[in-house]
Amino acid sequence: MDSVWQWFLWLYQEHGIKLTIFYDSWDRARFFKGIWTTVHLSFVCIVLSIVIGVAGAWLQMSNLKWMRRIVAGYIQFFRNTPPLIQLYFFYFAVDTAIASLFDIHGGVLSSYGWAVVSLSFFAGAFNVEIFRSGIEAVPGSTIEAAEALGYTRRQVYQYITLPLAFRVCLPSLNNNLINLLKTTTVAYAIAVPETLYVSNQIWSDEYNVREMMAVVWIVYIVLVGVLVWLMHRWERAIRVPGFGQ
Amino acid sequence: MKVRQMKSSFKIKTTTDLPVMLPFAPSGGGTWTPRDVVRYSFQPQFAWAMIATLALWLFVDSALAQVQGDPNQTVLQTLIKWTPLMLFGAPGEFGGFVLNIAVSFIAMALGTFLGIWLGIGQVSKNDYVRRVSWAITQLFRNSPWLVLLFMVMLLVPFSVKIGGTQYDIPGWTKATVALALPIMANVSEILRGAIASIPTSQWESAESLAFSRTQTMWQIILPQCVKRMIPPWMNWYCILTMSTPLISILGVSDGMTLTQDALAAEGRSEFLIPMYLWLMSWFFIYSYPIAQLTQRLERRFAVKN
Repeated sequence: MDSVWQWFLWLYQEHGIKLTIFYDSWDRARFFKGIWTTVHLSFVCIVLSIVIGVAGAWLQMSNLKWMRRIVAGYIQFFRNTPPLIQLYFFYFAVDTAIASLFDIHGGVLSSYGWAVVSLSFFAGAFNVEIFRSGIEAVPGSTIEAAEALGYTRRQVYQYITLPLAFRVCLPSLNNNLINLLKTTTVAYAIAVPETLYVSNQIWSDEYNVREMMAVVWIVYIVLVGVLVWLMHRWERAIRVPGFGQ
Repeated sequence: MKVRQMKSSFKIKTTTDLPVMLPFAPSGGGTWTPRDVVRYSFQPQFAWAMIATLALWLFVDSALAQVQGDPNQTVLQTLIKWTPLMLFGAPGEFGGFVLNIAVSFIAMALGTFLGIWLGIGQVSKNDYVRRVSWAITQLFRNSPWLVLLFMVMLLVPFSVKIGGTQYDIPGWTKATVALALPIMANVSEILRGAIASIPTSQWESAESLAFSRTQTMWQIILPQCVKRMIPPWMNWYCILTMSTPLISILGVSDGMTLTQDALAAEGRSEFLIPMYLWLMSWFFIYSYPIAQLTQRLERRFAVKN
């Protein structure tokens, strides 16, 4: 491994391509930590946003008019306001409000915590609509058949509607999750030490904007590529022949 | 039961189970009147909900100011004080929420223009052109907006020398170009999808009428694509508008930057929530009708099956 790092040092000395993240152990550590932060921030947000999507789609089928309205309001609010302002709103405004309300010193959640909350709600709003469109695609006769077999409303949702809806809406869910991964860069604004943020620190310290920009770009393209690949594998693994596309 | 079905199928001609494409405008003709647009993007319940919320808030606001013993500085008064700055920017400068909207307009126009060429490139007969167009499209579609913004802002010089004269490039124009890049890639992809959805028989019949490939593309295929492209294109316009505050991270004084400046000047934490909500409501009021219109157009243009 050491010879690889040495090669990058040689690259700098011979050609002036300054990739400190490979031969400088301090920069290397913080850069890879940044990538790791991006990965687990994305992972946590993906899981939470799917949970919000499933729960929201369930609540939208509720018999209570007000419950449906609240969910619709939530969706419209998060879809039609900028994610960056949502993030600031949570991190600066909501955090301060909660802290002063309960008299907590030093904030309620860290910047990472608020990034998770804000981005999950943002992607979750889109997921609710995606899951709903999937649920609408499940044939009514299938649900009637399940009811005839004595399934309760929750059981129908859990065992019949949701598994089928999931397969229908996977392509659009796919798109939204990729978008979520790309949106995690916004966490830069509240100093979450993810890839873009640490890269910014590195290029400020080392004056290698050009090289770091290229590296950051490649990192995100690769991360998106990996997510696309995983989702496609998953799509194929859970495919029901003759159902969906 | 059977009789009723028969009757209705005779009476209502517009509801059919056959795969049909609906006319372009709700009134049946080829063009949308302003009334159609308003009817399709505006819901009266929405306006009532807004008015009710506003009234409730004003009541709570003045009551709170009384309780806190500072009736001269209610939240409402503070918002009104800062609104001109947040909306139009500092006097003599171009900024504020208006800049966000301007950036979204210009970036959309530029991105659409470039995206159409890239999209046509994606269906080119030339192998090389097709692959390069595909690669550019995928590259810009899959990279985060903020990373593209950083790249354009930091790597494009802030002033250029053309013929001995120094020209400054203002930050917001660079930001606009950066935001146009992902739009370009997505418009390219929309166009490719739209061209693919046009039946092959259209190409064949054009060929039999002695149209050249260029003529077929511009006079037959692309005009048919327009209608299919409008809903996704409007959807991307909304996404773009929602992304314009990102330029505040790179020091362009848009609505977001100025709101934070105003908050810093006030220095009171109880203004945080109302100020942010105030700014968000502008984006919401701007984007919500467009989103509604997009959704309904989608439903209207969808081919039934």
